[in-house]
Amino acid sequence: MKAIEFENVGKMYRLGRVGTGTLSHDLNRWWQTSILGKEDPYLRIGETNDRTVRGTSDYVWALRDISFSVEEGEVVGIIGKNGAGKSTLLKLLSNITAPTTGEIRYRGRIASLLEVGTGFHQEMTGRENIYMNGSIMGMTRAEITSKLDDIVDFAGVSRYLDTPVKRYSVGMSVRLGFAVAAFLEPEILVVDEVLTVGDAEFQKKAIGKMDDVAHQSGRTILFVSHNMASIKQLCKKGILLENGLLKFEGGIKETVDEYMTNSLKVSENVFYEDLEKAPGNEKMRVQSFVLLPLSGNELSVASGIHAQLKFKNFVPDIMLDVTIELFNAENVLVFTLFKQLTRDDSKVGFYTLEFDVPPYTLNRGKYSFRICFGLNNRARLYWGPLEHTFELEDVFDVDFSDCGRPGLLKPDYPINCCFEGK
Amino acid sequence: MKEEKQEWTRVITPKRHLLDVDIKSVWRYRDLIYMSVRRDIVVQYKQTILGPLWYLMQPLLTTIMFMFVFGGIANISTDGMPQPLFYMAGLLLWNYYSSCFNACSDIFGANAVVFGKVYFPRLVVPISSVISNLLKMLIQLGLFVAFYVYYAIKGAPICVNWSLLLFPFLVVMTALHAMSWGLIVSSLTTKYKDLKFLITFAVQLLMYATPIVYPLSAAPEKYRWILELNPLTPILEAFKYSCMGCGSLSWGGLLYSFVFMTVSLVLGIIVFSRQERTFMDTV
Repeated sequence: MKAIEFENVGKMYRLGRVGTGTLSHDLNRWWQTSILGKEDPYLRIGETNDRTVRGTSDYVWALRDISFSVEEGEVVGIIGKNGAGKSTLLKLLSNITAPTTGEIRYRGRIASLLEVGTGFHQEMTGRENIYMNGSIMGMTRAEITSKLDDIVDFAGVSRYLDTPVKRYSVGMSVRLGFAVAAFLEPEILVVDEVLTVGDAEFQKKAIGKMDDVAHQSGRTILFVSHNMASIKQLCKKGILLENGLLKFEGGIKETVDEYMTNSLKVSENVFYEDLEKAPGNEKMRVQSFVLLPLSGNELSVASGIHAQLKFKNFVPDIMLDVTIELFNAENVLVFTLFKQLTRDDSKVGFYTLEFDVPPYTLNRGKYSFRICFGLNNRARLYWGPLEHTFELEDVFDVDFSDCGRPGLLKPDYPINCCFEGK
Repeated sequence: MKEEKQEWTRVITPKRHLLDVDIKSVWRYRDLIYMSVRRDIVVQYKQTILGPLWYLMQPLLTTIMFMFVFGGIANISTDGMPQPLFYMAGLLLWNYYSSCFNACSDIFGANAVVFGKVYFPRLVVPISSVISNLLKMLIQLGLFVAFYVYYAIKGAPICVNWSLLLFPFLVVMTALHAMSWGLIVSSLTTKYKDLKFLITFAVQLLMYATPIVYPLSAAPEKYRWILELNPLTPILEAFKYSCMGCGSLSWGGLLYSFVFMTVSLVLGIIVFSRQERTFMDTV
């Protein structure tokens, strides 16, 4: 049986000034559609939602012609770049905003974990908030009472149950919020990137719980995440969105592969002649980013990496620092480098950063860097990806029997073995 | 076909019928109403010493102020009633009206975060704020009754009459007047924010266009029709008449007020439930 069905669903937003329209546009639209019975003059065909390309119309389709259906008990991962329409899709499904075209049908109650802890009132106690949050999701008080112990147990907040939530740590409220949604047994659970918060132990617990929810109770789950590893672990089916269009639909593995081959293209070393076009903002511009093998001619697991980054700083006399993050193709953060660059004496002009990743550190695969320039260890001057993805080839020269090892890293730590006798 | 037989819980379409208002699901979410009312009451006075006593301070201080300004300086008639009683009677319903109206008219603004994350019938919010304000009003009613008994013992010329039975009806009308206009205003302010400033001002003015600090009979004949156009006038007059015997009980006026209320309530709910579907895109 089908649990959810999307039929030609589209959602249009107006760019620029806030609102679906000015009074005059509203009046014009109303005149054209209701009185003259014409097509909506502001719905232009053919405009897709691509952030990087400036459209000709003020109106963009955040989603267009989306049709798919989800069987009961299926766990579906929704994948796509930022701005591809993933969150819009979930918002339409959870009835928060209405579609512009098409029809959505579903069966059962929907609870969304769009952001856990929504509706938590800081002054109310944990217990009161559980009831409040549960009833927002459409549960009755009796239902909540019967689940209360499980929720408190899972969240691990039993000692603080009668303490106002404002005294909770962020982690505690996140755990509580997740627990409420996960235990209240809606027929359809919508999850948007919640697992990026909380500590590692909780993330594991949360994924485990979602696994349970999905596989044992037969509930339907829609899951949005940038973390391909957890998507692959949880979901059976995948939907790939690109610029508001449904690009691919199928098994989760195929969908993730499709996404990764298309979105992560290995790029050459980057150099921007025109600083205006370089990644950055009015405070910081990254002019070039070059990766070279430490040894040999090409990047590989064994070659190591020598990275050179040239950037221009426009802010004088600040304490400048840099954070460099490395992500793998599944968007898992592999490591973070941090360096204090100046002490209140930054100069306007070009700086060059260099760093090495030693051989036999990273496993084969595609990687990309993200960079963050900070001010006084606190404020963020610029934060964004370096439009640069590179691939490390595997090498098999360590041992003849080596044919690729799983894992994020591929270290070459020596293992000693000696025979101790009979 | 199997698909044909399938029953959907909900079908979301771009446009809904004008009168397609989800009253049934409001009932399903009655526990949420209960919880929100509880929250409103509990949260307001957490970490205060006087707690709900604050509900009494406001009408008490306003009454004293009115006695000073309108009774003392401006010397406006109170129809022979003791001043505190007269002002308090007016303020009781007026405060209920204005607090309901203010709460309802900022629904989308105040709840944007929650509305952006979860769906529930949005009508739950105005309904629960009307109820929690009702509780507040009942506490203030206690104060009024205390003063009333005091003056009755002292022998003030006040007399209760049968029309006091209308009181619950008057309260409900006050609440629905406030809610319906609150809904209309809240729907409009999501798009055109300048209305918000206008409205705060308008509510202040409306108080003076309602017989609270003066009896309707004291208004000049020439301008009385303006006051009578105000749908709150007959309600306040009827309340003062029923508990003190001053003012007037006008069935015609009450009928007008009732019709006015019904029309604006229907309009308010329609406008509101249309707005709730797309407001996230405009806020």
